[in-house]
Amino acid sequence: MNLNNDKGSMSTASSSVTVSDQFPAGLRVLVVDDDPTCLRILEKMLGTCLYEVTKCNRAEIALDMLRTNKNGYDIVISDVHMPDMDGFKLLEQVGLEMDLPVIMMSADDSKQVVMKGVTHGACDYLIKPVRIEALKNIWQHVVRKRKNEWKDLEQSGSVEEGDRQPKPSEEADYSSSANEGNWRTSKRRKDEEEEMEERDDTSTLKKPRVVWSVELHQQFVSAVNQLGIDKAVPKKILELMNVPGLTRENVASHLQKYRLYLRRLSGVSPHQGNSFISSHSQEPPYGSLSSLSGLDFQTLAATGQIPAQSLATLQAAGLARSAAKPGLPMPLVDQRNIFSFDNQKLRFGEGQPQHMSSGKQMNLLHGIPTTMDSKQLVNLHHSAQSLGSLNMQASAHGNPSGQSSPLLMQMAQPQSRGQILTETSGGQVPRLPTSVGHPILSNGAAGAMLARNGIGENSRGTGYNSVSQTSSVLNFPLNHSAELPGNSFPLGSTPGISAGMSTLTTKGGFQEEINSDIKGSGGFMPSYDIFNDLQQHKPHNWELQNVGFAFDASQHSNSLQASVDVTPSVLVNQGYSSSPRNVQNSNVSAMGKPIFSVGEGSEHGNALNVGQHLNSLLVDNSTRVKSERVTDTSCQPTLLPQHFGQEDLMSAILKQQDGLGPAENDFEFDGYSLDNIPV
Amino acid sequence: MNSNQLQHQVLYMRRSLFDQGYLDSEQLIQLEDLQDDANPNFVEEVVSLFYSDSARLIQNIEQTLSNRPVDFSRLDDILHQFKGSCSSIGAKKVKDACSQFREYCNAGNAEGCSSSFQLIKQEYETLRRRLESYFQMVKQAKAA
Repeated sequence: MNLNNDKGSMSTASSSVTVSDQFPAGLRVLVVDDDPTCLRILEKMLGTCLYEVTKCNRAEIALDMLRTNKNGYDIVISDVHMPDMDGFKLLEQVGLEMDLPVIMMSADDSKQVVMKGVTHGACDYLIKPVRIEALKNIWQHVVRKRKNEWKDLEQSGSVEEGDRQPKPSEEADYSSSANEGNWRTSKRRKDEEEEMEERDDTSTLKKPRVVWSVELHQQFVSAVNQLGIDKAVPKKILELMNVPGLTRENVASHLQKYRLYLRRLSGVSPHQGNSFISSHSQEPPYGSLSSLSGLDFQTLAATGQIPAQSLATLQAAGLARSAAKPGLPMPLVDQRNIFSFDNQKLRFGEGQPQHMSSGKQMNLLHGIPTTMDSKQLVNLHHSAQSLGSLNMQASAHGNPSGQSSPLLMQMAQPQSRGQILTETSGGQVPRLPTSVGHPILSNGAAGAMLARNGIGENSRGTGYNSVSQTSSVLNFPLNHSAELPGNSFPLGSTPGISAGMSTLTTKGGFQEEINSDIKGSGGFMPSYDIFNDLQQHKPHNWELQNVGFAFDASQHSNSLQASVDVTPSVLVNQGYSSSPRNVQNSNVSAMGKPIFSVGEGSEHGNALNVGQHLNSLLVDNSTRVKSERVTDTSCQPTLLPQHFGQEDLMSAILKQQDGLGPAENDFEFDGYSLDNIPV
Repeated sequence: MNSNQLQHQVLYMRRSLFDQGYLDSEQLIQLEDLQDDANPNFVEEVVSLFYSDSARLIQNIEQTLSNRPVDFSRLDDILHQFKGSCSSIGAKKVKDACSQFREYCNAGNAEGCSSSFQLIKQEYETLRRRLESYFQMVKQAKAA
């Protein structure tokens, strides 16, 4: 087997930056598959690609490994069909908790399953038997994700004026239909982003970096809730928070992201949901899973929406079903306050409950807007885990008016899923509001994942509690996601799920410090920045998925949109027709400056496109990168994992600039010839 | 046989495995490509994994088929796994038999499932025999 590793060629990329020429060698891949034959083959293939492979035959074990070694892996490849846990569920969990790119694979190439992968946020989908060529280029997903996150950070970070503009309309959006609101917001967002970019080019604002820690965010959320989401203005929030050193600008930009996040949660397109649901309502994903997922999903949905307090209430109310761990979930939720950054990226606004609660509902769904219809609730399932107990609550479905209990109940029932869907679709779009549980909106992917998570969680122990929270969001069944295009951004799961794009937007928002550093560098930031941000802000998963959000607005009609933050490669690889591409396109455009829009035309694993795109983007940034790099490294305590350090990315990016296709140069794989016959 | 003859024999056996549809040539070549000095018996290693996994799956199918009522969705699950396994080594005929089984399964046809299960087992045994003699021949030719 000839695998010539042309390290040398890679190192010439950037003369000014000393980067490791190793990239993508050393990429740390975790491969999960219960089929030992396939697992062994993949292990060998990945090893041949010079990746660092860790194989695992059980999803549970894989999750443990990922959790204990948070930054130990760069990408996960997982089989769809596994006995102990559905691959999509694992996908959701990973997206929520670790925000790593996940590639799904299966012998099943039916459109439904592939679509599921897309909606759940897989960054790629490989059909078995997997060819080594397909594996050679998986590094692109890692790079893409990080780049997008970085870019997102940068864009959403800089935002003084951006804050002002959307405000008035944001308020208005709260009460308008989600679709329109989303659309407008996303449109506005796009404009803002463009403006911001322009401004970035010219200005050299240096804002002090603010790290939105869990505590800080909690303070923020409670301040917002105190004021009322509609009346929360940065100045007042700042006053309420009373945090020394925090500026109004910091709060303003954080608020903007928060709003977007909320909006995303509530944004739902009834129409699409309907059609999608109806077309999919019968389909059981995988025999045994369907009922479970429906159930879980619903419960999760329900639970997701329930903020910590409500969870406690619910439990007290005895609604909690099997309450696998009654005591556990609650405390966890309470502690974390939904917006637990450490955990997954829950985007719960604990403050919301007050805002939303209305007498009855409060019991079940704190923080759920009174007017929230079932759909919204469904979308909102957030914190799945603790939801184990909450699951039961989901039992009552049904009042679009937002009575949480009925809604929740219904959610718990598998069959009701269809109903919920129809109801929700028929109902009005959920209101903005309550940040609680909105994360779920993120879309099908989230939904489906949540459903899956729910299954796992119920049976699992405490360990999953935190995870469940986010996972609940993700368990949104495929149907649902389709249903809610507007809400395609799973809160917590986005990062992992939506091929990094959505995460980018949100992360970008929070990285004020990064923004300040990046200011002036225009669009593209060096990869290491992305990593830094990633490392530091991992917990801030709840960041608004601006991108996703942008998508939503424009995609109403496109059911595919729902949860699709998938990079072009996914769509392309599967040989999808133009519609996915369109989706992709629109997504991209909605985003403003998607980095990888080029991807659509590319073949699976075609690094060139990416490279070229990177090339154009990077062209004028190389020098800036260098200088900023110097300053940044000092402030970035958590640098990239050794194997895949900033340098690696940088080099990859820079190499692109030089027109080198790392993927192409690295693996001179001979392919097949009779010479290889072992005789 | 001398070395040349052995090599010819190997080639011949290989050719017929492909031509007769037992094995997918592309997949075998992929596996062979992965074989290197560090893993000189990679292909055989993978094939053994396939055997043991298949044995387990076949047993599962057997068990599930004998239960009443027949759990078709579980069967479909198992078959899906089996198919995936087959495609990893390119076991074409076995894989096709699995597809046929799945069709009966989806139709809820227990009889059809039983008969295609027999076919699966048959094809599996045949393939196993052929592969074993093939690898044996390869070893012999190498040693010669």
